[in-house]
Amino acid sequence: MDRELIMKTVEEIVAPWENKEGNLIMILHQIQNRFSYVPREVSFEVAKRLNIPMARIYEVITFFNYFKLSPPGRHVISVCMGTACYLKGAKGLLTEIQEEIGLLPGQSTADKNFYLQMVRCLGCCGQAPVLTVGEKVYGRLVPGQVKNILAEYKAPAVEGAV
Amino acid sequence: MATMTRDELNKIKQAALAEKKKIVVKVCLSSGGVAAGSQETMIALRNEAKKRGVAVDFEARRCGCFGKCAEDPIVHVFVEGMVDAVYARVTADRVETLFEKHIIGRQIIQEWLLEKNDAKQLKIVLRNTGVIDPESFKDYVANDGYQALAKALLDMTPDQVIAEMKASGLRGRGGAGFPTGLKWELTRKTASDQRYVICNGDEGDPGAYMDRSVLEGDPHSVIEGLAIAAYATGSTKGYFYIRAEYPLAVERVQKAIKQAYQYGLLGKNIFGTSFSFDVDIRLGAGAFVCGEETALIASIEGRRGYPHPRPPFPSVKGLFGKPTCINNVETLANIPVILTKGAAWFSSIGVDKSKGTKVFALTGKVKHSGLVEVPMGTTLRQIVFEIGGGPSGDAKVKAIQTGGPSGGVIPEQFFDTPVSYENLQKLGSIMGSGGMIVMDETDSMVDIAKFYLGFCVDESCGKCAPCRVGGKQMLGYLEKILDGKGEPADLDKLRSISHAMQKASLCGLGQTAPNPVLSTLKYFEKEYTDRIPSLSAAPAGKA
Repeated sequence: MDRELIMKTVEEIVAPWENKEGNLIMILHQIQNRFSYVPREVSFEVAKRLNIPMARIYEVITFFNYFKLSPPGRHVISVCMGTACYLKGAKGLLTEIQEEIGLLPGQSTADKNFYLQMVRCLGCCGQAPVLTVGEKVYGRLVPGQVKNILAEYKAPAVEGAV
Repeated sequence: MATMTRDELNKIKQAALAEKKKIVVKVCLSSGGVAAGSQETMIALRNEAKKRGVAVDFEARRCGCFGKCAEDPIVHVFVEGMVDAVYARVTADRVETLFEKHIIGRQIIQEWLLEKNDAKQLKIVLRNTGVIDPESFKDYVANDGYQALAKALLDMTPDQVIAEMKASGLRGRGGAGFPTGLKWELTRKTASDQRYVICNGDEGDPGAYMDRSVLEGDPHSVIEGLAIAAYATGSTKGYFYIRAEYPLAVERVQKAIKQAYQYGLLGKNIFGTSFSFDVDIRLGAGAFVCGEETALIASIEGRRGYPHPRPPFPSVKGLFGKPTCINNVETLANIPVILTKGAAWFSSIGVDKSKGTKVFALTGKVKHSGLVEVPMGTTLRQIVFEIGGGPSGDAKVKAIQTGGPSGGVIPEQFFDTPVSYENLQKLGSIMGSGGMIVMDETDSMVDIAKFYLGFCVDESCGKCAPCRVGGKQMLGYLEKILDGKGEPADLDKLRSISHAMQKASLCGLGQTAPNPVLSTLKYFEKEYTDRIPSLSAAPAGKA
């Protein structure tokens, strides 16, 4: 990654938070929003800029599930594993995804088109079972639908805009 | 920034009430609605209005969560001179018919009507969600918004506000049920140059979304509640701590905070008094333990979300070492109404030591899945069968689960119990934040216990051994039993590890993690023994 771009981005993100107490997690959120994960070289710059040890940043990243240390695939599939979804067949969705594109939670496809993760409740329990691809939510799923949903995102794909 | 006065607030209210269109169509644009395609419905409504030239008197508005997400997209139609109609599952392709029959033809479309099951409900917390436009400040003000803050600041001392809260009997809705007024008083009594208030919106219970709905559907009510809490406790700075998994809630709260600043309801010298209050948002990052207040504080401070032993309680030593009052979203949403209508009114609702209402996310194997708000004292049977309409499929309802991973199951024979903090605890469960999951005869209780325990094992922060090691061990025994390899002694092991975890874990997560196992063992031991070959005649197997 271009060092100058990293410096510029870090400056942009850190500056407004510089003097606020407890800013680290909010800064990391914005970095992940920008890069889709928290790249190591960016963490280095943040550590320097905030004058804290690198270990402070990594202890936070590795504690919280939300932060990723490697780039996910182009399309992030999140299968809701909340209780309502679990009771209504979320495990089946995972099986279908595995059959279709061979992914287990936490894995990306070889072409980096898909990344699969389990999430703890998206708060759409009335629509259970639910999965999301990027920002798009698919609810009230029944067996057999996963195939068609994934087909919408076959590489090279257009983002499913909402 | 303007200074708000009571007159000005009333002027905004009157103006907003006068601005009424002849035709108003509201579409639920909360997470659940959007998931079901309500955005497409909204676009279709606007296009159809333009096409038919009814744009002048017509307004398509967003509204917050109706709480009946299973029926989304939900559309509320108001046509002058007709009764209001709330329609279920109005997808974009139904919009043309909606115009033809209802808006032009002035006929209610009976077969689309959302089934009304509100008779047993009482909406205090959800008074505005699904009714007002959550992004409209004026809409909130038109519905008595910020009147309670004006009353607190202009007519009452902080001690009077606290006395009112104590008299109301309101208890924390995050699950533990600590009296809110007392919490405020403890924070106020601790001498300090700085105090904080925090809104806990880290709704981590999988299967519950009350707080999301309120934050998305009525963000100003929570801001108003937090500002009143700040005034009462003597705090000048507040934080919203919201799950990053709820982007829409974050966005709505952000917008509402900005509006409140614009109108002088946050910031310096609110209502011209000496009270100043600033609010900021902090995001969670996917850690269930951060709903625990000491872990939440660590997270706002930018550290790993490790809990620490209490005492000291946050009301004495909290955020950045200062006295801090943490209230849950639902608790805060109650506060403006209590101040406006009075403690006596609030405490007349409910039973014994549980006053007011409770919002539940009724989900699972139930016909009408969605949010329900009922007076404390309503029975579980009324909630599941009268409001929820009974089972969703052909199988009989076997049990409900309340309290999420910290709670327990309640079998059908106890469904006539009135809901209260104490009653649910007596049954081996807890009120919790409000998840209520209905299970039917086809659901395996051993599998459910494993599901919840697995959740807690994943979410254990690892700081203390009872939780870190105990949870893992218990999970091993449950898997062994589910694989049909269990032995009779395994059940005793499960019980003894459970007790060790309850006694020795550092925080609520570990102390309550065994509850789902213990309560399923208590009421459904046969489902366990059926899977243990030496105890059961029938072969074990099916999950």
